[in-house]
Amino acid sequence: MIEIDVGLINYWVVIFLMMTGFYIVMASRNLIKKMVGLSLFQSSVFIMYITAGKVLGGTAPILTKPGTDYSNPLPHVLILTAIVVGIATTGMGMALIIRINEAYGTVEENEIRSQDAAE
Amino acid sequence: MIDQHLPILLIVVPLMAAPLCILLRRRELSLILAVVVCWACLSMAARLLQRTLSEGVISYHLGGWPPPWGIEYRVDPVNAFVLLLVAFIGAIVILYAPCSVNAELPEIRTSLFYTAYLLCFTGLMGMTVTGDAFNVFVFLEISSLSTYALIGMGKDRRALTASYRYLVMGTVGATFFVIGLGLMYMKTGTLNMADLARLLPQEMHTRTILAAFAFITVGLSLKLALFPLHVWLPNAYAYAPSIVTAFIAATATKVSVYVFLRFYFTIFGADFAFNNLHIDMFLVPLGLAGIFVASLVAVFQSNIKRMLAYSSVAQVGYMMVGVGLFSVTGLTATLIHLFNHAVMKGALFLAVGCFTLRLGGCELADLRGAGRRMPVTTTAFIFGGLSLIGVPLTVGFVSKWYLVLAALERGWWPVAVLVLLGSLIAVAYIWRVVEAAYFQKPDNEREISEAPLSMLIPTWLLIGATLYFGFTASFTGGVAQRGAEILMGIGS
Amino acid sequence: MSGNIILRIVGKLFIPFIILFALYVQFHGDFGPGGGFQAGVIFAAAFVLYGLIFGVEKAKRVIHPNVLQTCIALGVLLYAGTGVAGILLGGNFLDYGALNSHDPVHGQHLGILLVEFGVGMTVASVMMSTFFLFASRGRPS
Repeated sequence: MIEIDVGLINYWVVIFLMMTGFYIVMASRNLIKKMVGLSLFQSSVFIMYITAGKVLGGTAPILTKPGTDYSNPLPHVLILTAIVVGIATTGMGMALIIRINEAYGTVEENEIRSQDAAE
Repeated sequence: MIDQHLPILLIVVPLMAAPLCILLRRRELSLILAVVVCWACLSMAARLLQRTLSEGVISYHLGGWPPPWGIEYRVDPVNAFVLLLVAFIGAIVILYAPCSVNAELPEIRTSLFYTAYLLCFTGLMGMTVTGDAFNVFVFLEISSLSTYALIGMGKDRRALTASYRYLVMGTVGATFFVIGLGLMYMKTGTLNMADLARLLPQEMHTRTILAAFAFITVGLSLKLALFPLHVWLPNAYAYAPSIVTAFIAATATKVSVYVFLRFYFTIFGADFAFNNLHIDMFLVPLGLAGIFVASLVAVFQSNIKRMLAYSSVAQVGYMMVGVGLFSVTGLTATLIHLFNHAVMKGALFLAVGCFTLRLGGCELADLRGAGRRMPVTTTAFIFGGLSLIGVPLTVGFVSKWYLVLAALERGWWPVAVLVLLGSLIAVAYIWRVVEAAYFQKPDNEREISEAPLSMLIPTWLLIGATLYFGFTASFTGGVAQRGAEILMGIGS
Repeated sequence: MSGNIILRIVGKLFIPFIILFALYVQFHGDFGPGGGFQAGVIFAAAFVLYGLIFGVEKAKRVIHPNVLQTCIALGVLLYAGTGVAGILLGGNFLDYGALNSHDPVHGQHLGILLVEFGVGMTVASVMMSTFFLFASRGRPS
């Protein structure tokens, strides 16, 4: 029983991070905090992929001599792409927040909404 | 030689043109490049569809690595059809750019506008053409990120909040999609769609695959704005620049619907999704709810772009009902509506763009008396509206015909009745525009001229397509039916 | 922050090594862990550090934002151009083996080098211009 729990610890970490991030995205009214939550949410997926590709005792998949154990390189490559996508998303979101702040003078969602309603 | 490399050229040509637009800096040069590229893609997409119809599946191996190790681009009549649709809309809408973009965007951003436009085009084409599941995610994000930028270029400051909201929801959707892919990859060790389809049946009973299925369904439903996950859409469409609204309304959700079909029918298999999980019991009610709620909300909108945006949510509902009916006719209805809705909604948003340019806004109040001041644009809008309602001799009628037929075929006549009732609500909101344009007096006596030709021609080209494909549906109907048969696994 | 002598000295000391490390990660990517993405970010980090210590205006004088914009475009073009070269030489898109008519392995070395260089260039320029754009945006009064 304990063995199973230890074997699945990466998934517990992933789920914890994922739900924390998702909760922040939904519950926070501050646009910047929302971006933090979104990044956390995305990072959890990175961990999910990378831990799934890990072989215990395996090295980087550069074969020097035959018979060495190596970790699956594909998840790393996929996640490298996903990390870049994540950075682009965060950058894009932050850029929008800067412009929202310039246009509204605030980054709080309820204040933005009341300003929109007042128009 | 070009013939052999068509699938990749469709992606690489706009992808390379996008950075070239940055380098050119001058907006006229960027515009010319974008127009040339879009039309080249249109001709390549047409050739590709012609080839798939005669030769069957075309597979292209990137880097010469055979699948499932390398990335494969796999084109069959279904995605060739969607490719042609995206290229067609992209090519027509870009003609609209010179006047519209100069009027609605500050000058420093115009050449960057073309970069973002071409990247969005690349992303949508890529999502459609690829045969690799992770590749779909990459292209999805390319198109989404450029869409956020395009929406944020809107004049109104609410465009920024709309874009931000879309960014948050779109990213959550895309991340859900990636989680689903990850779970499938853990179980099967492959990301090639054909290979997944081969390996998944052995793993179907596991909870991992069920979870993957759920994640992918929710993620894609967010991207395709299935009711009730559509909340990002109305504001994003309403405050984006007109040309952007026309382009993304006509293509973005359609490509997501295609990916949805591809995952359901090709990868998970219709048997798993419909016979095991009874997903139709979930799609049809949600689709119908979307039709009614969104159409009713549309009736009470004062901003025409917002009204049409809600109508788009309703139209996605029709497509999902078609999928949920789970028959060749139902899928034909979905595929044909994919094309038809893109054409008519594109035309409508282009017409609204003409109104915005000349009348200074697209509130119903701005449109008073537009029927006499801008007769050509208003006529175009009316034709588009008639098609949205589903009047015979327009494309809207063709899609509704297939949908009702499919509902009756399955014996679900209440669905058929509800679909027809939904169309009646469309009469209500289109009528409000007609009323304002023809039967109300303008607030001021300003001289207002007709929109410039460079905007009227693309609008009327799409309206022409609406009428042409409504009059003779043999091309769209034939290809859609062939596509539906392939998805259902009947015939080749 | 340029008034702080410790930051200035340490920064000046470190920046060349950061750039050197970036180049190592870039060009050793063929034989060890590394590649364009990582190298680009490390390379950009050197300039971000410089900008943080000596001010954004001074950093902009080292690399003008217009140059960065050009580099972003050129990097993507280099990547895609390598792929298209594969087509023109008779292979498929991104078929590096076609780049060298005698030995496909040499072609693959050349191809990956060019592609990673394009990636590194774009990533570094994107990171730097993101930093410049964000940092030079004034606070609303």
